[in-house]
Amino acid sequence: MSVLVYIESENGAFKKAALEVASYGRAVANALNTKLKAVVFNNEDCTQLATYGVEKALSVAHSEPFNAKIYADVIVQAAQKEQAHVVILSSSADSRYLAPMLSVGLNAGYVPNVVEVPTSTQPFVVKRSVFSNKAFCETEITTEVKVIGLSNNAFGLVEQSVSIDVESFSPTMSSSSVSVEKVDKATNKVSIADAETVVSAGRGLKGPEHWGMIEELADVLGAATACSKPVSDLGWRPHSEHVGQTGKPVASNLYIAIGISGAIQHLAGINSSKVKVVINTDPEAPFFKAADYGIVGDAFEVVPKLIEKLKTFKAQNS
Amino acid sequence: MKILVCISHVPDTTSKINFANDNTSFDTNGVQFVINPNDEFGLTRAMWFKEKQNASVDVINVGGPETESTLRKALAIGADAAFRVNTAPTDGYAVAKELSKVAKEGHYDLIIAGRESIDYNGGMVPGMMAAELGASFVNNCIALEIDGEKATAVREIDGGKETVTCTLPLVIGGQKGLVEESDLKIPNMRGIMMARKKPLSVLEPSGQQASSTTLKFEKPAPKGAIKMVDAENIDELIDLLHNEAKVI
Repeated sequence: MSVLVYIESENGAFKKAALEVASYGRAVANALNTKLKAVVFNNEDCTQLATYGVEKALSVAHSEPFNAKIYADVIVQAAQKEQAHVVILSSSADSRYLAPMLSVGLNAGYVPNVVEVPTSTQPFVVKRSVFSNKAFCETEITTEVKVIGLSNNAFGLVEQSVSIDVESFSPTMSSSSVSVEKVDKATNKVSIADAETVVSAGRGLKGPEHWGMIEELADVLGAATACSKPVSDLGWRPHSEHVGQTGKPVASNLYIAIGISGAIQHLAGINSSKVKVVINTDPEAPFFKAADYGIVGDAFEVVPKLIEKLKTFKAQNS
Repeated sequence: MKILVCISHVPDTTSKINFANDNTSFDTNGVQFVINPNDEFGLTRAMWFKEKQNASVDVINVGGPETESTLRKALAIGADAAFRVNTAPTDGYAVAKELSKVAKEGHYDLIIAGRESIDYNGGMVPGMMAAELGASFVNNCIALEIDGEKATAVREIDGGKETVTCTLPLVIGGQKGLVEESDLKIPNMRGIMMARKKPLSVLEPSGQQASSTTLKFEKPAPKGAIKMVDAENIDELIDLLHNEAKVI
């Protein structure tokens, strides 16, 4: 028996979400008194994983672009080889893509959006967010093998150093009826899913021509930019920036909302962010009830000042 | 081309979420139910295939009789026929198996589901159906074209997008982008009248066992009071974010 984590890399480095999955996997392995193992694609240097408690890494070389079906089949084989009873993935787009296929391959119950270590291992009960973060739900997984999707930024990084064995793993590579033709990805921009800080703006900005200061604020903070639903519906910003119930979920450490009133659907999407700052001209905006820090003021005056002050702060603290 | 659109019957996005029976079930009191928004984008794209490529469009839901109003709405929007698998949806895996059985018997070329339902946010039904059916699968699908036996789709990835080609049958997990918000159709009176005459077949479930059980719900802890900072005192905000919240 063991716990297996799927570790994602990007540009040769482990993703923060993957190290969080390892940290969480370690906690689950401790609770089950068993070993933590990992399956890693295209990253031969697995020493960093030992810091987060991974005792064995199965290293897979795969030169083609990510393919959910093929990766799911590899993880199935890794889970069977290591007799994993619990398989854990992140909430990245790729992990969410492959998890249901992995789950069918292992005939395992799958619970995504898990926010804590299992409340019990016998029976196996996990807590997950439901209703777009408006509630939580304790769910028992009743199958012998369990697949868990961990919510981004819910568990954090926890170090527990162990020694690691790295084994080169050559599973049967299946074929897929889906082939990737083209990947368009901004390499110089942090994605909303991976961002520690998200700067988001709404209709209060009056037009797409005013997003320069939002991007500048995001640059200063190393943040991703996002927007409210009306802004993406009006075509001011791309759909990929729309955060909220029918857009992307945000689980950053810091979320700054500028000129967003805070409709219930928007709040649902950003609820799991840790610290929320609201800047709005209307003191009655519902967002003020859901935030940690608020400024009543005109974004066109407050944001440029904030940028200047943050630049000074960064210069003094770096 | 035969299309099957999987429709989830979910609380309207503005709904207040409450629980009943000692927090073991969702309280439907006063809640208005709608077609899951992610499914509605897919249904609207299916209508485009119906108009332009002469596709037939069936819709399906796993649920009790109370979900029929949602299926009728899908028929009013323009679907040709509806199926309801008559069982309470226990977990995503069981729902995916029920849907797969009907999909297999109907020999569909394209199966459209939302990337997730906005109630339980499982996001597993389309991928599980694809695995059960041995079909191609594209999740977070934001564009889709079909040409004969071949599909070209765009998948939203973290920080960008990916264009893929694949063979039919295909299952997609759809979302906004498949069509625009302004393309969504509000059923007109003629559509509503016609929907009454369209077939809505009730199917007996195949009795799939759930792989997980919901035990108890809880609401997030109430939020602490907000700290207001004067617009003239940005230094204070920076200080709070640095020293108190420790996020910068």
